[in-house]
Amino acid sequence: METTHTSLLKDKFLELYQKEQEAIRGQATPLVNRIRRNALARFRENGFPTTRQEHWRFTDLSPLLNTEFAFDFSNQSRNIDVDKIFTCDVYDLDTFSITLLNGWFVYKHAPLTRLADGTIIGSLAKAMEIYPAIVDQYIGKAAKTDQYEMAALNTAFLQDGLFIYVPDGVEVEKPVQLINIVNADHPVFLQPRHLVIAGKGAKLTLVHCDHSLTHNISFTNTVMELFAEQDAVVDHYKIQNKGRNSALVTNNFFHQKRNSRLSSNIITLNGGFTKNIMDVSISQPDCVSEHYGLYLVDSNQHVDNLVNIDHMAAQSRSDQLYKGILDDEATAVFSGKVLVRRHAQQTQAFQNNKNILLTDDAKANTQPHLEIYADDVKCSHGATVGQLDPEAMFYLRSRGLCERTARQMMMIAFANEVVQKISIEALQKRIQNMVEKRLKGELSICDQCVLHCNSKEPTTFNIDLSKL
Amino acid sequence: MSDKNDHILEEVSNAEYKYGFYTDIEMDQAPPGLTEDTIRFISAKKNEPDFMLAFRLKAFRHWKTLKEPDWAHVEYPPINYQDLIYYSAPRKRPKYDSLDEVDPELLETFEKLGIPLDEQKMLAGVAVDAVMDSVSVGSTFKKTLAEHGVIFCSFSEALQKYPDLIKKYMGSVVPYTDNFFAALNSAVFSDGSFAYIPKGVRCPLELSTYFRINAANTGQFERTLIVAEEGSYVSYMEGCTAPIRDENQLHAAIVEIIAHKDAEVKYATVQNWWPGDKEGKGGVYNFVTKRGICKGENAKISWTQVETGSAITWKYPSLILQGDNSVGEFYSVAVTNNKQQADTGTKMIHLGKNTRSTIISKGISGGQSNNSYRGLVKTSRKAENARNFSQCDSLLLGDQCGAHTFPYIDVGNRSSIVEHEATTSKISEDQLFYCLQRGIDMEGAIGLIVNGYAKDVLSKLPMEFAVEAQKLLSISLEGSVG
Repeated sequence: METTHTSLLKDKFLELYQKEQEAIRGQATPLVNRIRRNALARFRENGFPTTRQEHWRFTDLSPLLNTEFAFDFSNQSRNIDVDKIFTCDVYDLDTFSITLLNGWFVYKHAPLTRLADGTIIGSLAKAMEIYPAIVDQYIGKAAKTDQYEMAALNTAFLQDGLFIYVPDGVEVEKPVQLINIVNADHPVFLQPRHLVIAGKGAKLTLVHCDHSLTHNISFTNTVMELFAEQDAVVDHYKIQNKGRNSALVTNNFFHQKRNSRLSSNIITLNGGFTKNIMDVSISQPDCVSEHYGLYLVDSNQHVDNLVNIDHMAAQSRSDQLYKGILDDEATAVFSGKVLVRRHAQQTQAFQNNKNILLTDDAKANTQPHLEIYADDVKCSHGATVGQLDPEAMFYLRSRGLCERTARQMMMIAFANEVVQKISIEALQKRIQNMVEKRLKGELSICDQCVLHCNSKEPTTFNIDLSKL
Repeated sequence: MSDKNDHILEEVSNAEYKYGFYTDIEMDQAPPGLTEDTIRFISAKKNEPDFMLAFRLKAFRHWKTLKEPDWAHVEYPPINYQDLIYYSAPRKRPKYDSLDEVDPELLETFEKLGIPLDEQKMLAGVAVDAVMDSVSVGSTFKKTLAEHGVIFCSFSEALQKYPDLIKKYMGSVVPYTDNFFAALNSAVFSDGSFAYIPKGVRCPLELSTYFRINAANTGQFERTLIVAEEGSYVSYMEGCTAPIRDENQLHAAIVEIIAHKDAEVKYATVQNWWPGDKEGKGGVYNFVTKRGICKGENAKISWTQVETGSAITWKYPSLILQGDNSVGEFYSVAVTNNKQQADTGTKMIHLGKNTRSTIISKGISGGQSNNSYRGLVKTSRKAENARNFSQCDSLLLGDQCGAHTFPYIDVGNRSSIVEHEATTSKISEDQLFYCLQRGIDMEGAIGLIVNGYAKDVLSKLPMEFAVEAQKLLSISLEGSVG
């Protein structure tokens, strides 16, 4: 049921749309404005998702929305010197780094950079101004605003975020790193919007980090549309290490064309409330789509991963592997869905979700769904919820390891299956290190993965070792 | 072995639905439509005790507040519940002591169905409580059962003779508030079966009930209640066939099973309602609520089902494992062909400690049919050391059909282990080639492979059923090869 405050917040958004129309519209093209209006109509119709909806059955947004949020419709962050707030500390990781502060692009030098090879990286707001043709060709084409309520809300208010355009045949050498920082002294509601286009045969690696620098309440509702044209290769990494009071809804819409390769890793180390939506459309044959996820949650954190893969064309392969370790009263949801349409023959689709529960108060809900309309397919799925293998445990103990060490070793090994899928060596090492620290209870949320924050009161994490 | 295969092949070559005929017996019908008056009519007609009427009316009032569920992966035109006839009974209701007194036409019907009502079958040790439309007309082996104190009779008879038992157990597993169809059934159910196994008794016979939908345009609302007292054992079989009808027939049954401490109940069903013709016209809508509860420690309930019929199946035989160390099992083969739609599966709710459940589901879809497995495995916080293993395989026999798997797994404590595995694939080319190369024709080969594929489940059926089920599988798949 829609609660009073969610419907109040909905009204507030509808009102803000009217009031802030000028600011929201900015330099956008008529097409973008039309997309916004349609999305607003969807949002007006559907409102916020409720637990009565299949995709949100175990994830209740309404308590999070019961806050007086502040909204920001103009870029206040452009001139802030980000280097003073944080520095990235993944050694050997040479990236093209972009920062979004509270959902807005931080101008280091210029809002939009055009590299020698033609690659354009920068602010989406600026791109709408300078490259309206490119933006219009792609924006809104992948985001399914009629199916996903939060994506509709984001689209209605789409203003700024990351824009990447890799022209045909260009291989971007350095990974592009997007750092999403929330730093506000009052509760904020942010809606960054990203558009990433990898042209024919292009190659792109994108590292996407979500962080919060303060412990204030924040709600981030992101949409990323990613297009992989024919023969494109895209690696996408998402590292989430956020404060306990932060709520994060990520709506990823990936569109794959012929023979494109997409690999996505979502590592959730911390986060009060995290919902990751991954919606992949494979519209042409011979694609590969790999989706890996790891979530390590404790206290009362909640993480919900939704993966929807739509096989519309033949001879493609998709693979999902999501693993999680849950401590304290943490809850985790995995809903995977593979849809194989009538003509998508010779599809191979695999789905796997494994969870380890460390306490009786932790809860795991998993729904690996298959919907198949083609007969010449190989599809399988598996899901397990359980504990560490007692036989492996016995083996390690019999080799003289104490129970704690043995357990840690097995948990690290459990997590490593996902971590090893990361193909950037420096990042893999760093994340492996973080996962180990996290599982040993040594990682605090301020011990950020790729940056050091300057918060004075670092919160520490304690996985109760006696339970291990 | 080869003889049996020949036999299957022969069956397969009989193209049309062989159980499609219609028995002309006078009916005593309620006027179409559903109001409180209809319910009073049914209740009065059956001379029910007051508590029953009160229960029906409560259910009806609740039903009016509900909306028909739309989450299942099936599509059908909206049902006008006011168009249906909610009660029909054979007009003459004689009480037979021997089969000779039974209406010969009825016997002929049973003969065609192969219902084991005759002497041979009696020798085979099957007590049959045949339900023709809604009212029981024949019952055998009652005496043997009575010697052991086992009660096995029609629901209406039980209402007259054992109102206390009915009052105590009816609606305790499937309350009328449970869902739309359960509420509807609770309001208008016509008849059904009641089985009661007293403490420590091992039921000497396999109890078996055959249902038939007979009158045109009649919703069939069965209600089955099985109570197994402490330490008792019973194996219960239910089988269905239905005659060819052009209009869709609605079937919304409720089955409730209660197993007390150390009791074991095996429930097997072969469901072969009229699936509609090749264009999907006609056919039965089977919207059934089946649920069992393992109330006491070490109780065990198993569901085994072979689903080959119905235009639409909406059925989730579920188990609540309340007693510590209780065991639940679900074995299912669901075959859909032509335009059939099936959304079926199970729910295993683990509440007690050390409870175990097994789910084996085999879906086979051919033609333009859609076959979905939908299941829930839930372990509560207190269900320490709960264990579940689920395996749900789907086999696709054509490029026009669909096979879907929708498992839900909710785990609420750290000591339980829940595993789910599923695969979807088409029939193996290698196996087909091997069979063809040995001179077996395409359909025979498919029948053979499918039977092998479903063996895990078929082997759980009582002997009599297993043979019938094998034939049914082959017949159902007839014409499915693309």
